[in-house]
Amino acid sequence: MKVLYFAWLREKAGRAEEQVAPPGTVTTVQALIDWIRERGGGPADALGDMAAVRVAVNQEYAMLDHPVKPGDEVAFFPPVTGG
Amino acid sequence: MIRVQRDDFDVGAELGRLTGGNTAIGGVCVFVGLVRDMAPADKKGADKVGAMTLEHYPGMTERQLERIDREAHGRWPLEETLIIHRHGRLEPGDRIVLVAAASRHRQAAFDACQFLIDWLKTQAPFWKVEETPEGARWVESRASDDAAAAKWTSTERAATK
Repeated sequence: MKVLYFAWLREKAGRAEEQVAPPGTVTTVQALIDWIRERGGGPADALGDMAAVRVAVNQEYAMLDHPVKPGDEVAFFPPVTGG
Repeated sequence: MIRVQRDDFDVGAELGRLTGGNTAIGGVCVFVGLVRDMAPADKKGADKVGAMTLEHYPGMTERQLERIDREAHGRWPLEETLIIHRHGRLEPGDRIVLVAAASRHRQAAFDACQFLIDWLKTQAPFWKVEETPEGARWVESRASDDAAAAKWTSTERAATK
């Protein structure tokens, strides 16, 4: 599974992307977040307050209960500010 | 048509290309977004905010812009549409975004143009980081932008056109 971080989440995570292989019990966005938090480090800090974080799975906006599976691309980023 | 690019664009040339050869078009409505000087009015010169950098999510950006574009074509009778969004480092006064909607009659062009920029601002994965004397500062999203986009989720405005 590929995990991407953008904007200040990227800075906080200390990385723009990483390949992860969470256990098979990680089947939703929320479970992935919990797993990343347990793992600790920069990515755990970046996902500390999900109120300020948006999620996309395979480049489509997704809710926390959205399913995830090996091979998916999961992105975490703040509310967008383009235009 | 959508385009995500680092380079500037020529508004006149883009509109010429957009409408050229399609004589069914009766009007084209255009919005051009510029980098605004974000410094408070009482601050001049050295305290002014300088440049900003636009980061985006390659792949998802194009996907979301295409979705927004399709949605506009589904709601209004449009002949042509164009969305150009820049990324990278931009100075105050630089063009950031162009949205254009061309139709037979002006009302659809006006409405679709406003819809496109309102939705783009809340859906397209771009983030602005400003250069300030205190260092880099990520721009926060605005509730007024969410409200502007939300008014289009009520379908009655589109349904009357």
